[in-house]
Amino acid sequence: MQLIRKFYYGDIPEDAAGAAKAVPAQPASDWPLWEVFIRSKQGLEHKHVGSLHAADADMAIENARDVYTRRSEGISIWVVESKHIKTSSPDAAAELYEPAQDKIYRHPTFYDLPDEIKHM
Amino acid sequence: MTNASLVDLTLYLADSTLVLGQRNGDWCGHGPVLEQDIAITNITLDLIGQARSFYQYAAQLIGNGCTEDQLAYWRNEREFKNCLLCERPNGDWAQTILRQTFFSFYQRELFAQLLNGNDSTLSAIAEKSLKEISYHCRWSGEWVCRLGDGTEESHRRLEAATENLWPYVGELFIAAPYETAMQIDTAAIKKGWSDAIDTLFTEATLSPVSLSSTFMHTGGKTGQHTEALGYLLAEMQYVQRSFPGCEW
Repeated sequence: MQLIRKFYYGDIPEDAAGAAKAVPAQPASDWPLWEVFIRSKQGLEHKHVGSLHAADADMAIENARDVYTRRSEGISIWVVESKHIKTSSPDAAAELYEPAQDKIYRHPTFYDLPDEIKHM
Repeated sequence: MTNASLVDLTLYLADSTLVLGQRNGDWCGHGPVLEQDIAITNITLDLIGQARSFYQYAAQLIGNGCTEDQLAYWRNEREFKNCLLCERPNGDWAQTILRQTFFSFYQRELFAQLLNGNDSTLSAIAEKSLKEISYHCRWSGEWVCRLGDGTEESHRRLEAATENLWPYVGELFIAAPYETAMQIDTAAIKKGWSDAIDTLFTEATLSPVSLSSTFMHTGGKTGQHTEALGYLLAEMQYVQRSFPGCEW
């Protein structure tokens, strides 16, 4: 029978140390996925930057602020639940995109753009 | 206004934010979900940043080559002036959230007074910090609503957290000698804080709690702490005490 239990540094049980008691993490699988769009500065469009889990739209905005604007990346955030995004089918790639490939006259390569015009 | 009171008040502000930052830091890598792990860690970094500003100012006031690191790592438990609330253990997510809410709502009232106070450095630090604090109030307040008005279990946990933490909030509104000397109006802070917490608790469907009918622990502001602080400082100060002046 062990009468005296010695603790060494680093061995102190967490409940005795007064520090955080590890709470097993709940999987976030029941939280929906959200797509995040950030506008980096005034006049530019919102760009897709990634996705995250959140319980509702308000939390998604706050999570996006914490996850995607830590380094001053943005001034405006949009979020939309991923399930609302309809994706084109990869199987339809040929009919959707190939007809455009031989229509070079649609590309603005025949114009000279002044240097002052940015973001084109 | 004596210089000693200004130093003590600055150390109180520094110690409270450092100790709460150290506590929250325990969650790094253990948050309930990745996004909230990042959120609480962001708040932690804000708190440590505020602590640094206050320690740097205190070191400058003390003079004689005193540094922020000396103040953070080379003072003992009885020299720390942080309020007791900040040193309370993390418990579960509900307790961590509620502790942050109580403290952020308190900071919002206190820092508004510092902003309009007659010390220009404290006023400048308060101005910068208030933007952070507004977000902390919003984030933690929303979590209180989410948990209080959430599931049966989250509600129960938040009620339990309230019971655990409530005896430590009374101290916030009892002026330490240095607060009185520095003309901090704790009665006004108490009023603003209680009104905001009452509103929040109603929204979160939590039972209202009274500040006057509960036994309140005191002493943190003048260096008499609960057992929990010693363990926290031992861990936080270990490296500097073992390898004095070490840098990396």
